Amino acid sequence: MKRNMPVFLAILLMLGGCASMQAVQPWERDLLSKDSMQLVPDYFDNFYDEHIYFSKESSSGGQGVGGGGCGCN
Amino acid sequence: MRLATCVLLQAAAPVAHAAEGDWDIDTAVLYYGEGDGRVQAFEPGISASREMGDDERLSMRMVVDALTGSTPNGAHASTVVQTFTNPSGNGVYTVVPGELPLNDTFHDTRVALGLDWEKPIDRLSKIIWGASLSSEIDYQSLGVSATYLQDMNNRNTTLTAGIALGSDKVKPIGHVPDPLTPMRISGTQNRLGADDTKTITELMLGITQVISRRTLMQLNFTYGKSDGYLNDYNKVLSVVDSTGALLPTGWASAGDLPYLYEKRPDLRTRNALFFKTVHHLEEDVINFSYRYFWDDWGITSHTLDMKYRYEMNAGNYLQPHLRYYMQDAADFYKHDLVQGAGADVDLAGNVLVNFASSDYRLAEFDSITLGLKYGFPVGDTSEFSARAEIITQTTNDGNVRAGEETPDLTAVVLQANYSFKW
Repeated sequence: MKRNMPVFLAILLMLGGCASMQAVQPWERDLLSKDSMQLVPDYFDNFYDEHIYFSKESSSGGQGVGGGGCGCN
Repeated sequence: MRLATCVLLQAAAPVAHAAEGDWDIDTAVLYYGEGDGRVQAFEPGISASREMGDDERLSMRMVVDALTGSTPNGAHASTVVQTFTNPSGNGVYTVVPGELPLNDTFHDTRVALGLDWEKPIDRLSKIIWGASLSSEIDYQSLGVSATYLQDMNNRNTTLTAGIALGSDKVKPIGHVPDPLTPMRISGTQNRLGADDTKTITELMLGITQVISRRTLMQLNFTYGKSDGYLNDYNKVLSVVDSTGALLPTGWASAGDLPYLYEKRPDLRTRNALFFKTVHHLEEDVINFSYRYFWDDWGITSHTLDMKYRYEMNAGNYLQPHLRYYMQDAADFYKHDLVQGAGADVDLAGNVLVNFASSDYRLAEFDSITLGLKYGFPVGDTSEFSARAEIITQTTNDGNVRAGEETPDLTAVVLQANYSFKW
């Protein structure tokens, strides 16, 4: 499989372009502050899923760093 | 394979927390069960977080993981009865013809603890210090981490940089097997020392961007390096002749079974590019992520994950979940080792490959997860939720001999969650 550098660059450009977008003001953050709008809305759902897939697959990571290891792959 | 707890720290976006002095408590219990008598796990967990004043926040978690069941030992099904020695070296177990060999000698309980301390540096930046510890009968892990977050653009952009260091020790039952040497039917086993270690280094760079009043996006790049003992000491490879028939006991030296302990490189560097977006529709919320992973073992993978939170009345919600995963095989993944002139093992019994593993988790496979979650508020500050998921894994066996295919794996996940303030 090819590394998706073009996709990565496109996303970076998009996000970079967003910096020049009109900023969302603090009083417009009603929706963003909801629990359901967090990047990880359910702590244990994410925790257990990361654990299961780390143990059953050969890939890991992406969301953060650290936390320790286990007798998995 | 044992399903052990891996604690993962994340730099989370700010959330609505309890008032200073109150604890945010999250409790959960997970049941994970595979078909065909394979691994079952029961995992209760608790997480508690509290604001400590000066905008500092302390979070703690503990998860206990009780495992039973059996796991493939790496050998494939054969047309003959197969005999394997227990990891301890005391006793054997047999497998009838046509069945996938499973090792059911591990029953383990693991405890994992984690601590995070979030400390502001100034009005727009903070650092999260993390520590983790876990212990089970044959594995111990210790880790520390630091994640720095910087807000910019009127808090529309957050830059994240993280580093983590870990040190793990493996203490195999029966001592560390000598890699690529035979399992023996009896007597002295091919073993090295009592334990071995590995160190892990991880780095992360990320950007989180508010796109609009309704949309948030995140892009992370993570790098990891594992250095040291990376083998699975429970896993072996079958050794067959050029016709595919399992070699007899005593094939190399007296007492040698036709299975070699696996051997992986002692270094692995891995990379992941992770994209996530959360979007608020009129009432509902979509959460979508994609990860591209690649490492120096030849493995690349794609992970797509989508959750759709369907808001019902009175704060109740239903959330279907779909995940699709596909990976390539590791360069040293092998169905088995063949003895013959110029093959994996020569006729004198010398192993000619540097690395080899038949661990199905290093093979080429697809996985699909379908799940459904239901949640509802309890009073003003509590929530109960439950979810059920089915995971299937289908290995691409290529040109494997008939009867030796890797069976599909099907697993069920059941979880209940109760979160409250105290």
